[in-house]
Amino acid sequence: MQYSVSDFLTDIVQNSIEAEASVITVDYIEEFPMLNIMVGDNGKGMDEETLAKAKDPFFTDGEKHKNRKVGLGIPFLIQAVEAAGGEFDIKSDVEMGTAIEFSFNLENVDCPTEGDIASAFRSLLLFNGDYEILINRIKNGKSYRVTKSELKEALGDLESADSLNLAKAYFESHENELSGKGE
Amino acid sequence: MPKLTLDDLRKLREEKKHEIEKRETEGKDIEIVIGMGTCGIAAGAKDSLEAFLKEIDKQKLKNVIVRQTGCMGYCSNEPTVEIKMADMPATIYGNVNADVASKIVTDHIMNKKLVSDHVFDKPSVDIIKK
Repeated sequence: MQYSVSDFLTDIVQNSIEAEASVITVDYIEEFPMLNIMVGDNGKGMDEETLAKAKDPFFTDGEKHKNRKVGLGIPFLIQAVEAAGGEFDIKSDVEMGTAIEFSFNLENVDCPTEGDIASAFRSLLLFNGDYEILINRIKNGKSYRVTKSELKEALGDLESADSLNLAKAYFESHENELSGKGE
Repeated sequence: MPKLTLDDLRKLREEKKHEIEKRETEGKDIEIVIGMGTCGIAAGAKDSLEAFLKEIDKQKLKNVIVRQTGCMGYCSNEPTVEIKMADMPATIYGNVNADVASKIVTDHIMNKKLVSDHVFDKPSVDIIKK
């Protein structure tokens, strides 16, 4: 079971990578006490039948792990959302992509901690493959947005420790500003 | 910390690049791949990632690249990490928490010595000395 909202986000985006998405959008929007997260991708998508099964913990497409009978990413998320009075929605079309939207009420006692958002955002950039990702972050009226290609251009690469530490510092500084801790 | 702009990142990265050039022009020939699927994340792979980056920075290693992948299929041994480098067998380590991550950098990568207790797959058993 994932520990934090940030962990759920990383998990869901990893699904998009596995679905061979070339463009992924992440909206992470906090209007206290509600936290709404949307992840959209242009990956291979799922038909209605597969989509229904994706919510079943005892289903996996079996392509990666021949002997594994579980797929827990989405079921874990649904479980956490339901326990904390939030909402979950998933839409998908074959060859078009998948959109997942989930929300938490941060005041609900069963809401998971948000976790390290800066570290989660950096993680979204580090999966294998040539994909673009747009992160749109809004917190109580303040916002920032950045793409993977912008960060890669600024840093030269997204695989050396120097670049990855700077990428985290970038997100941390923006998060601090949104929380009124910056400057 | 003041808010970093993309321009700030560019400048900071340039400064680091000069450091690299001063040292040596070695290729990035050491690869760390961290499993970041449902299982890896739940087992704390993000902490391991952070620990690798901190140790690489601390040891001032410039020829290491760090990547993430999905589930490697060894869910019960997460976080799992694969290390590929010259002069060492490609090795998958299991149960790599932050401490083990630092040890992998200093022992495996810097001293070319396996962290035997955490070797999960490959190389064959006769190479591993307890």
